[in-house]
Amino acid sequence: MTFINKNKTKYKDAFMVSLPLIIGYFPVAMAFGLLSKNTSISFRDTSLLSIIVFAGASQFMALDLIAAGVSSGNIIIATFLLNLRHLVMSASLAPEFKEIPRKYLPLVSFAITDESFSVYSFNKDKISLPFVLIVNGLSYSSWVIGTMAGYAVGEILPSSLQASMGIGLYAMFAALLSPELGRSKKILHISILSSLIYLALFYSKLFSSGWDLIIAIILSSALAVAIFDRRGGKYE
Amino acid sequence: MNSYIPLIIGMALVTYLPRLLPLLVLSDKKMNPSLEKFLYYIPYTSLSILLIKGIISAEKDMVLATIAGILIAGFLAYKKDNLVLSVLSGIALSFLIKLII
Repeated sequence: MTFINKNKTKYKDAFMVSLPLIIGYFPVAMAFGLLSKNTSISFRDTSLLSIIVFAGASQFMALDLIAAGVSSGNIIIATFLLNLRHLVMSASLAPEFKEIPRKYLPLVSFAITDESFSVYSFNKDKISLPFVLIVNGLSYSSWVIGTMAGYAVGEILPSSLQASMGIGLYAMFAALLSPELGRSKKILHISILSSLIYLALFYSKLFSSGWDLIIAIILSSALAVAIFDRRGGKYE
Repeated sequence: MNSYIPLIIGMALVTYLPRLLPLLVLSDKKMNPSLEKFLYYIPYTSLSILLIKGIISAEKDMVLATIAGILIAGFLAYKKDNLVLSVLSGIALSFLIKLII
């Protein structure tokens, strides 16, 4: 009995954690489906992009580049750069995913996105194989079904509604981050530091978009270790 | 309509490998404490950076709505610690602002 109840709580937890992802993904995916249709890409290829790539920002970028007549090779390179940040996110999740049997890692890692990464990072105590499979499965379904729905019926939504629903994902990032900022001065300072570093890199235009993201993430995390984890530092 | 299958497969590969390899390589290793700290900070640095990116790369007519949505979601999460409520309020406020301006 207790075993069943325990599992029930686990499933409920997984569903509650997935809810913001589902709400956040669906309208953005719809916008993607609609835009893809307007870029004259077939329903099959639009769906396949969401089904096998499953990376929002790079899918939108690909539409831009296709419309601009950029070659496939260059689009793939741009996608690689833009998604390289998942390398550090996946590395950061590695210690948390220790409990997950190794043979499931190829499946589980497929759905590491900015959003699922954030949700896992801030729910470390809940991570288990069923939990991760449910969160991945639900958010992935929302992305894929949203894409197809957007392609099929996206025109009926007013554009102001679509645009503001796209804010959902940023609202989720903010909601995950803010309690931590209030809890720890150190985290607050690290957050400000990384924002400033990214702004500097972005406006300096030293690196192409994609590189500026990953360099800012690596640089600010490394600086955080150097500044805040010295022996005898004031934060210890 | 053109077929984009080769492009899609290429995009899928370069997206999947960076997601998979660190998990495979790092998940069964003992890490050095500095590397562990470095990885521990990544959620905080990357979320901060993604938020800033969202604001500075928003369409001109969405900047205010984006900032307001982020602020109200952050504030509510800090006060109430309810993720769904925060996200929905963020969406609702930005929609209202978009209607007004």
